[in-house]
Amino acid sequence: MAQYEAVIGLEVHVQLNTATKLFCRCRNHFGDPPNTNVCPVCLGLPGALPVVNQAAVAHAVKTGLLLNCTIAAFSKFDRKHYFYPDLPKAYQISQYDLPVCRAGWLEILLNEQPRRIGITRVHMEEDAGKLMHDEGGGGSVVDLNRTGTPLLEIVSEPELHSPDAAYAYLTTLKQLISYLGVSDCNMEEGSLRCDANVSVRPVGVTTLGTKVEIKNMNSFKGVHKALSYEIERQTKAVSAGQAIVQETRLFDTVQEKTVSMRSKEEAHDYRYFPDPDLAPMTFSAAQVEAVRATLPELPRARKERFAAQFALSDYDATLLTSERAMAEYFEATVQAGASGKAAANWIANNLLTALNAAHLTLAQCRITPAQLADMIALVESNAISSTNAKNDVFPVMFATGASPQAIVDEKGLRQVSDTTQIDAWVRAALEQNPAVMAALTSGKAKAAGTLVGAVMRLSQGKANPALVNARIAELTRAYLPPPPEPA
Amino acid sequence: METVADFLAALRRGTLSARAAVDLALQRIAAADPALQAFLAVRADEARAQAARIDEQRAQGQDVGPLAGLPFGVKDVICERDHECTCCSKILKGYRPPYNATVIERLRAAGAIPIGRLNMDEFAMGSSTEHSAFQQTRNPWDTTCIPGGSSGGSAAAVAARMVPMTLGSDTGGSIRQPAALCGVTGLKPTYGRVSRYGLVAYASSLDQIGPLALSAEDVALVLPHLAGHDPQDTTSAALPVPDYCAGLSGDIRGLRVGVPKEYFVAGLDPEVRHAVQAAIARLSALGARVEEVSLPHTEYAIATYYVVATAEASSNLARYDGIHYGARAADTRNLLEVYTHTRRQFFGDEVIRRIMLGTYVLSAGYYDAYYLKALQVRTLIKRDFDAAFENVDVLVTPTSPTPAFKLGARTADPLQMYLADIFTVSVNLAGIPGLSIPCGFSEKGLPIGLQLLAKPFDEATLLKVGHAYQCATDYHTRRPANCTDLFDEETKE
Repeated sequence: MAQYEAVIGLEVHVQLNTATKLFCRCRNHFGDPPNTNVCPVCLGLPGALPVVNQAAVAHAVKTGLLLNCTIAAFSKFDRKHYFYPDLPKAYQISQYDLPVCRAGWLEILLNEQPRRIGITRVHMEEDAGKLMHDEGGGGSVVDLNRTGTPLLEIVSEPELHSPDAAYAYLTTLKQLISYLGVSDCNMEEGSLRCDANVSVRPVGVTTLGTKVEIKNMNSFKGVHKALSYEIERQTKAVSAGQAIVQETRLFDTVQEKTVSMRSKEEAHDYRYFPDPDLAPMTFSAAQVEAVRATLPELPRARKERFAAQFALSDYDATLLTSERAMAEYFEATVQAGASGKAAANWIANNLLTALNAAHLTLAQCRITPAQLADMIALVESNAISSTNAKNDVFPVMFATGASPQAIVDEKGLRQVSDTTQIDAWVRAALEQNPAVMAALTSGKAKAAGTLVGAVMRLSQGKANPALVNARIAELTRAYLPPPPEPA
Repeated sequence: METVADFLAALRRGTLSARAAVDLALQRIAAADPALQAFLAVRADEARAQAARIDEQRAQGQDVGPLAGLPFGVKDVICERDHECTCCSKILKGYRPPYNATVIERLRAAGAIPIGRLNMDEFAMGSSTEHSAFQQTRNPWDTTCIPGGSSGGSAAAVAARMVPMTLGSDTGGSIRQPAALCGVTGLKPTYGRVSRYGLVAYASSLDQIGPLALSAEDVALVLPHLAGHDPQDTTSAALPVPDYCAGLSGDIRGLRVGVPKEYFVAGLDPEVRHAVQAAIARLSALGARVEEVSLPHTEYAIATYYVVATAEASSNLARYDGIHYGARAADTRNLLEVYTHTRRQFFGDEVIRRIMLGTYVLSAGYYDAYYLKALQVRTLIKRDFDAAFENVDVLVTPTSPTPAFKLGARTADPLQMYLADIFTVSVNLAGIPGLSIPCGFSEKGLPIGLQLLAKPFDEATLLKVGHAYQCATDYHTRRPANCTDLFDEETKE
């Protein structure tokens, strides 16, 4: 039997996080009460006219540069027509033949090998509203807050050949776009959406098989599952000599399979034509270079710099650069005086664990980088023990946002390094533990170790552990029998 | 007390209060409009209240604006907050926009008082105002004739002296042709001169709002308060707006006037030809240098226009789908029926015809042959004008091939109706400004219009020539018979 390979191209829609919508000045924000962020323009009222949001255009150009695209010298908006209740103008302002960006590539890691996936184009368009069915009153209602939200559609070349490759492409794309800061890339809130075109062909054949478009995949794992299902379905069909029907299929997230939605014959004629309300856009080489200069340091470069500059392990460097916010948090902590190693340890081991447990993002974290650096400084100067830091100071900082100094002072946690005081605790511990005393006098030096716990309890954990060990050794020496004379 | 100039002078002198100006307009509307049906709605109380505020502010010495107290009418295609705006279509019956068009904001800021809504062809598609879904406006010079269109209500209201100024819109001649047929002065400004924000779109790359009044001077007085860049309309030009009145010297000696030979062809009514030729002779007598020019692509203008305009219309009118506002068909079984029944039931036949034409020319497989080709021809038509304006300052043509025709004469034959715009559509395709002024009357006493054309953004020259012509002639001052009676009544009082 012939071996088949899959050919996959992805269309990713990314909502841009501009303050306002693409063609009006309504707030661009998820989660507000329905139909509150609307105006004559995004409601498509008669006579209203669109005005392009220049911040959205800048975001598109940045994204294009991130994806190694050519930025068009001349670009325009077109109208794409179809009737649906979530589209008040009955056309979507999009870009047809002259997108802002084209011909780029994205490097992904597949089986730890770098591979370049071609980017066909990146174009701008407006989002539609949101239909809700049977919300109590029966029938359907529409929320037009989302109408006019700026979207980028990023179209890949059909150069992905497995669900794993598609998954790697999506995660890499999401990481890069998040780094750029142009989108929240939150699939749950719909700020990142993905459709896939997939076909199969016998290995060795270079022409493309009949493609099927898959929609309604609402997570990267969903994309993986849908593609796996669809590739298997098509491979079975082709192996059995059946023809693939060119169609659009929906991914059923419950049954985890794709089902037919509409065939090519039912496809829309969108009647694209240039939007006469919007002048074409031009981008000079100088403008493009000016935007390029504002691009942030990207994850891979940053990871290499972190590893070298702060002597971090490859694992820590990768973790700390996986999100731009985390990398910035780390660098801010270091700038506030912490060593790279200590900052990395505290962020990787304590902060992330606490955030995950509380279901918070770094942006919602109440500990500032400067506070974290202050706490690390308290530990490193022996003002508090690392145990106190972990168990008593850090959790309060995390919960309240209070400064570590204030917590240490309020709880009286400042570490005691005064030998007179520590000696008093050691003597008291000895008196409370006659068994230890007896063991010592019988020559068992190791018995002194059991006093550490007692001293720490007496000091309520504040005694400097290194000094405690040293003073115990010193003060218990008198009880030990004299060492045998050298022969 | 007829013209904008009369009103403004009396208002400034204080011999006419804003309240009295509004009352005068209301009185004339009450007397003349029952026979003419130009107004769809008149807002007496609101206009009187606005006038009273202006009078009060003026009495307190406040700056009330250069047009303070001037009543005007608004074509039913321009949005006014909380006032029904139907575009004379059943599909928008009851629709009240929540915002003002930029021109309304500007005129109101200048103190002008909108007094009512004016009849038109549905969605500005037509040349006779017979395609209004609601009423038939009649020509004040002969009530058995059409007033022209689509701004028929706007032209008739000015011709009958109901208001000194109205707003119209012009996509293929919709200001100039009714102005010509009703014997008034109407300007289609350069594309981009006046903001389209709040003008319900018919064909976005062709539409312009413009004023209709009794003289070029009146247009010059009003235009500065309409024109200029609007950040809400990115197709409006960021160019300074000149003082149009300053150019009205009456002196056009040395002005170069071009007469395009393609506009004097078979089908041109002999009376119109005669009147236009006489007007050209008059301009020559005033010192202009007249020469024949050629606009070789003129014969393709109608075809090009009906591809470009209908393509854009099919897109612009897609939003009237019964979902978000306006009328919705009852008893529909599914979403598709909501769309199809609503549009079939509430759009008029001419609108449906144009939507179907436009849908066809944009369809896959036909786009290149029709829409793209039309855009290419549009460029050639524009180049014809560019070339002509290298040698002349203005072009002079008839506005309409015939005087007003009888009601119902062309409704059965859409193609015949389309030919009414044969001399006006090129101007919209090229984006240049055009002014229609009265230049005579037919034997039956129907007005004949002269069209003046100029380079983009050179409205000043059009108004200067129009004014010079009107200083030397009195066609623009003649009144239709019934309104002469009306004025005689007023004078007796």
